[in-house]
Amino acid sequence: MTLLDQFQLLLKDANWPDWAVYLTPAVAGILLIIVFILTIVIVFIWWERRLLGRFQIRTGPNRCGPEGIFQPIATAIKILLKEDIVPEKADKLIHFMAPVIVFVPILLIFAVIPISAGAILVDLNVGIIYVIAISSISVIGIFMAAWASNNKYSLIAGMRAIAQMVSYELPLVLSLVGVALVAGSFSMIKIVEAQAIPYILLQPLGFMIFFLGCLAEMNRCPFDLLEADSEIVAGYHIEYSGMKFAMFYLGEYGIALAYAGVIATLFLGGWQGPLLPPIVWFLIKVFMIFSVIIWMRATLPRLRVDQLMSFAWKFLLPMAVINMLIIAIEVLVGTVQWLMVILNFGFAALLVLLWSRLFTLGGGRVEV
Amino acid sequence: MTVAINCEETGKKLQDAIAGSVISTGKTDILVDANKLQQVAGFLKNTAGLDFDYLTFVTAVDYLEYMEIVYRLVSLKNNRSLILKTRCYNREDPVIPSVVSLWRAAYYQEREIFDLFGIKFDGHPDMRRLLLWEGFVGHPLRRDYL
Amino acid sequence: MAIRTEPFYLNIGPQHPSTHGVFRLRVMLDGEVVVGLEPIIGYLHRGIEKLAETRTYTQNIPFTDRLDYLSSMTNNLAYCMAVEKVGAIKVPERAEYLRIIFSEIMRISSHMMAVGFFLNDLGAMMTPVLYMWREREKIMDLFEMVCGQRLLYNYMRIGGVSQDLPEAFLPAVKKFLADMPRYIDEYDQLLAQNEILLARSKGVGILPRDMAIAIGASGPVLRASGVKWDIRKMDPYSIYDRFDFEVPTGDCGDCYDRYWVRMLEIRQSVRILEQAIAQIPQKGPVCADVPQFFRPPRGEAYGYVEAPKGNIGFYVVSDGSIAPYRVHIYPPTLINITALQDMVMGWKVADLIIIFGSIDVVLGEIDR
Repeated sequence: MTLLDQFQLLLKDANWPDWAVYLTPAVAGILLIIVFILTIVIVFIWWERRLLGRFQIRTGPNRCGPEGIFQPIATAIKILLKEDIVPEKADKLIHFMAPVIVFVPILLIFAVIPISAGAILVDLNVGIIYVIAISSISVIGIFMAAWASNNKYSLIAGMRAIAQMVSYELPLVLSLVGVALVAGSFSMIKIVEAQAIPYILLQPLGFMIFFLGCLAEMNRCPFDLLEADSEIVAGYHIEYSGMKFAMFYLGEYGIALAYAGVIATLFLGGWQGPLLPPIVWFLIKVFMIFSVIIWMRATLPRLRVDQLMSFAWKFLLPMAVINMLIIAIEVLVGTVQWLMVILNFGFAALLVLLWSRLFTLGGGRVEV
Repeated sequence: MTVAINCEETGKKLQDAIAGSVISTGKTDILVDANKLQQVAGFLKNTAGLDFDYLTFVTAVDYLEYMEIVYRLVSLKNNRSLILKTRCYNREDPVIPSVVSLWRAAYYQEREIFDLFGIKFDGHPDMRRLLLWEGFVGHPLRRDYL
Repeated sequence: MAIRTEPFYLNIGPQHPSTHGVFRLRVMLDGEVVVGLEPIIGYLHRGIEKLAETRTYTQNIPFTDRLDYLSSMTNNLAYCMAVEKVGAIKVPERAEYLRIIFSEIMRISSHMMAVGFFLNDLGAMMTPVLYMWREREKIMDLFEMVCGQRLLYNYMRIGGVSQDLPEAFLPAVKKFLADMPRYIDEYDQLLAQNEILLARSKGVGILPRDMAIAIGASGPVLRASGVKWDIRKMDPYSIYDRFDFEVPTGDCGDCYDRYWVRMLEIRQSVRILEQAIAQIPQKGPVCADVPQFFRPPRGEAYGYVEAPKGNIGFYVVSDGSIAPYRVHIYPPTLINITALQDMVMGWKVADLIIIFGSIDVVLGEIDR
């Protein structure tokens, strides 16, 4: 029974007309979510730049306002005031539509992320599948942006984008099957409620595969060859400026927030936690995940495109399948949860060690 | 110490091997005839005991009556160095045989000499201007340019 | 049925974040694989060789700063050595020690910049750059203490150096050298066995030993290919024969070897500096008595040093007047990129960028 359902019942008891009973909670929910996204994205932008600065032995922005908290607003104003340049030979309609198609699915994912106990827009009983399906639409948007710019650099980026994002969908989805098996449902709220022990402990291998898949979907380091500054100079959004670039930019942080929310829901126990109110716990978990993402960005160099593809197909995919098999057997046999934790950690360590011997990416032997 | 090789002895060896090649030997350099340059270079590179396999620089100096091309060769095995010079007396259409087939180090340096002095190198695979843009008229480093 | 593909030209143009200057590469790509390459240079040509013919010998020294502007001290030194050979000038002892101290400090600074930006091209997002610049800032403070400049020093003069050290210099250098080994160990801990660095650079862009000798390479590029040729040992100039140090070489000449040789050379430079500071005479003249309008006898000489990027050399021809008759500058980096096409053929666009970064070019020196 989500909060919005309760609100709807209240309105019905108060004898509002039918269309208002349906429409008011929906609009209120949508507005609340958009406010939430925009606020947290602005905080994310600030947090990323400060944390990245601390990793690089510098302070990060600290001029705009106390400790630089107005820096994201200054960035947003700067981007909005820029001139919107469209190349002459670009395909105008597709060039215009591409940022929209990249940005809107990100907003749509938030419809099924529970922010607090019962605070979800709609509790779909196929929640996880909806998330995966919607997030795949952005790939088309990226390729539209790359193609319509009429620029060889962005074309290279577009080709890489499709290859990368399509390949990493598979391990992503397969690791989710493990979660769904243990929880017994696809609905996001039921998965959170089923987590007496957070699934990160119960399925470490699944968590690792899902996290890496999310990094690849978000085009973040070490998989950020789509916007590799040093090679293809901003990749697919090389010809965008002004508001369209702002949509790509916000979209990047929006999808980071979305996937961080999904990881917090599926693997870290959502809003559950002692003492503090549930929404605070959710935000703490989301920020922790985002900090780990920034940490990886600050530390690791990026992979080359063929190494990336072989990492997805030869390493993550077999491990995801084996993970699914192990979880299925455990659920079938009916193991108790603490025993599952120990078994799964053991299997994870064993599989990672064995597989990395077979598939060597570094250490002198570069067969992939 | 990379000692400069004894130019008199080497000059004699060269003169014995390729008649008419050496014009004069100074204290540190050997002046050879431009027409015999490729044979001299081949001799210096391939003879055991000389082994000049490493070309340092190739440059040109414009003394107004002639233009002098200077090569500095080093033998990594024997740790010896040698300066080889040759002259070109034609100012309108100067041509010198190229040594790119022996030492690839001359690839960009001969192009640069063509660009700045106008000396063409016969046998160079890609004789074009290097530093100045295509369509530039003149050869700036000649003494009578400005 | 095979899909018809065709190769296309990509212009990695003069303005690009990773070409280390205004350098244009015309690349023929078949998908992502490089099948042809042509460097086009000359965007920074300033005519230094022609300008040098109309200025006095001392007035040419600031021009030499601007060649390889990241290691100005060694350029100055090579030019001054060439003129001193022509004019048969003896440099006093204290000046020789000062020249060596500054050349070696310059080598540390230049190698750190080269390695930092090599890792930036790999995608490590400025973090190694900023870690290495922490030490480079201290080096630039040392230079500022002595000659007032942070980047283009104009410090060496014909017959010695321009000014003596202030009181605080030697203690500051001692403190810097005491800290350095700890920092180099930190870099090695973070970078040397990094999986992604190994995967991206081991076996990539190999320059075989014969080709390195045939193209006349010098500096770390030659040594990484296995040729133990360092002018400081093979043909010692100044007073290098009084110091005890090693010359690191690599095995096969790939990008990782070039990076590793530079890190080892930083350690050897620290060793030379410690010995030089212990041996430097406390008092003495820092410059020979050379008149302002110096007229060397007729003749010619070639003065060359082991600069951080190769063997920079100056061929000076004098006709007895106050200005040189001809100054030719031998650019080691132009010669080092002669084999760029052979090193890159068959690799991908991403590898092209890092192979080019590992050769460590500076356009000021290539174009003069």
